[in-house]
Amino acid sequence: MKSFITEPMIPKPFRIHRKLKETHDTYTIELESTNGADGFPFSAGQFNMLYVFGVGEVPISISSDPSMPKMLKHTARSVGAVTKALLKLKSGDVLGVRGPFGSRWPVEEAVGNDVVIVAGGIGLAPMRPVLYSFISHRDKYGKIILLYGARTPEDLLYKRELEQWRGRFDLEVKVIVDSATGNWRGNVGVVTTLIPRIQFDPLHTMAMICGPEVMMRYTLKELQSRGIKNENIFISMERNMKCGICLCGHCQFGPKFVCKDGPVFCYDQIKELFGKREI
Amino acid sequence: MNIAILENDHLQTLIDVLRKRGYQVIGPTLGEGAIVYDDLNSTANLPIGWTDEQDGGIYRLKKRNDKALFGYNVGPHSWKKYLLPSELRLWKIKRNGGSFQIVTENEAARKFAFVGVRSCDIHAILIQDKVFMNGQYIDQHYTSQRKDTFIVAVNCGKAGGTCFCVSMNTGPKATFGFDLAMTEIIEGKNHYFLVETGTELGAEIFREIPHKEASEKEKCAADDVLKKTAEQMGRSMDTANIKNLFYRNYEHPRWNNVAERCLTCANCTMVCPTCFCTTVEDVTDLTGEHAERWRKLDSCFTMDFSYIHGGSVRASTKSRYRHWITHKLATWIDQFGTSGCVGCGRCITWCPVAIDITEEVHAIRESETVIGKQKTVVKEDVHANT
Repeated sequence: MKSFITEPMIPKPFRIHRKLKETHDTYTIELESTNGADGFPFSAGQFNMLYVFGVGEVPISISSDPSMPKMLKHTARSVGAVTKALLKLKSGDVLGVRGPFGSRWPVEEAVGNDVVIVAGGIGLAPMRPVLYSFISHRDKYGKIILLYGARTPEDLLYKRELEQWRGRFDLEVKVIVDSATGNWRGNVGVVTTLIPRIQFDPLHTMAMICGPEVMMRYTLKELQSRGIKNENIFISMERNMKCGICLCGHCQFGPKFVCKDGPVFCYDQIKELFGKREI
Repeated sequence: MNIAILENDHLQTLIDVLRKRGYQVIGPTLGEGAIVYDDLNSTANLPIGWTDEQDGGIYRLKKRNDKALFGYNVGPHSWKKYLLPSELRLWKIKRNGGSFQIVTENEAARKFAFVGVRSCDIHAILIQDKVFMNGQYIDQHYTSQRKDTFIVAVNCGKAGGTCFCVSMNTGPKATFGFDLAMTEIIEGKNHYFLVETGTELGAEIFREIPHKEASEKEKCAADDVLKKTAEQMGRSMDTANIKNLFYRNYEHPRWNNVAERCLTCANCTMVCPTCFCTTVEDVTDLTGEHAERWRKLDSCFTMDFSYIHGGSVRASTKSRYRHWITHKLATWIDQFGTSGCVGCGRCITWCPVAIDITEEVHAIRESETVIGKQKTVVKEDVHANT
């Protein structure tokens, strides 16, 4: 199948509609599509290459609602030259977008199942489109559980939405932080410690994990020990990316290209490689 | 297949005809102390009477005792110099009010005629075709260059010290992927080429050049030359079940051994005719009003290559060498349905510390067969494939 993106290496200009501060180093940028009525169709889990004029490009997952393709949101942490420049942009400024690229979370495939979502740190960003989809079709799914771990209470993303989701009777949301001051009344520890506290039907559960590799490794073990099959576990991988279209070679993970075969992988497909060092 | 004889004196006519048809003719020539590819306007520019001596970490030009035009093996250059240029501007961009405007490069593709393409290098070009033209996305620059490439193959009259095309099933005789294929024959005072046409265009162009039909005896002369070349291979590699050999051995003590020698200089990836990895660089002018994006050849041996926030994924030398050789010989097969190695031997010759891809494969394979338990695994695999 040839792609519908005609010039995949050419960034298209998008204007920043709004910039929201999530934490001291993390912002969500809302982009207005200039692409008429169709907007910018994408699937939950896909990413865009965001270009800052003259500085460079970074792959950032899309964190908005796939059913609202006119408003594109990306949540990024300021860690490198490009993300620093990206997050210095203000509303009204223009940045370049290439995409959407990559695979999607198994939102359709999960219909009829319980769903366990485990996110670590900024790993919640690519999970948010999944949550939006689940919530808008709530009756199609069994239990929906979100386990979210961050470094400190100050590092939690989407606080208002987390509180809203936690307030619903049809969602189970548990939050944990690595460390906190005495003002924190919530859980302290690593996200895997939340897994023994939840109930689901292991034979009919889809798990989706996104976070640092080490966190995903331990989460996997914990979920496997609870009886979830490898083919029902999905993880989102991260590698260096330059082109996003499987031509530059940077994002290889064994025989897989993370930009094309991933970032979302069924664990069963990469179980031989996952957890091996420096692949 | 029709085989004709082209006298050495008429080779210039071939170059002239190609040039007249608008081709930029590229071929081997002496330069930089080696045999490299450059513009070829005259047969006088060919490395007449020169050959090369190659071994692990060794490349030396030597005089031949005849006037052979193609009496050498492959040098440090490969045809990716033209099809996948080391630096390419992808686009220019300028600020435009509050937005920006991109100007794409619309330079007309050049028509290249490559003269003196070895069989291994034809395979390398076809492998890069799969990478850049067969996937979900195609590389537009590569595709436009490749569309009009005219290939004049020259079969190898001798094998080099680091050659192993016979093991990789990629030579020494060019069997497809060319417009014309020639075998150079020197017998006493007779100096001629046996020419085979591979495409209609090749035949059309060849008709414009004075030639005569080859006799049965002369046809055999080419086979004799190639048979001798095949017997001279400087290296060999056992490729049986090679994909699974590497998939089984991500953790192997040999990686530590090779890491003690490897300098991560990236030479092997630069000379490799199939290595295709690139990076992009963004540059601006002093006013900040104009910027450009350049695509440049990159190498998996650099730290930057695998850098993500927090550090490089492949920080150790061991992991970088393992990535390269595993990609070349194993994961490439899953990605593109073919090996990424054509047995040209460049990576062995141009490695400053003479790391030898064939030796590393051999070492890993041998270590498996000496361990009794794993020996059964090897046997099972052989049966699985037969």
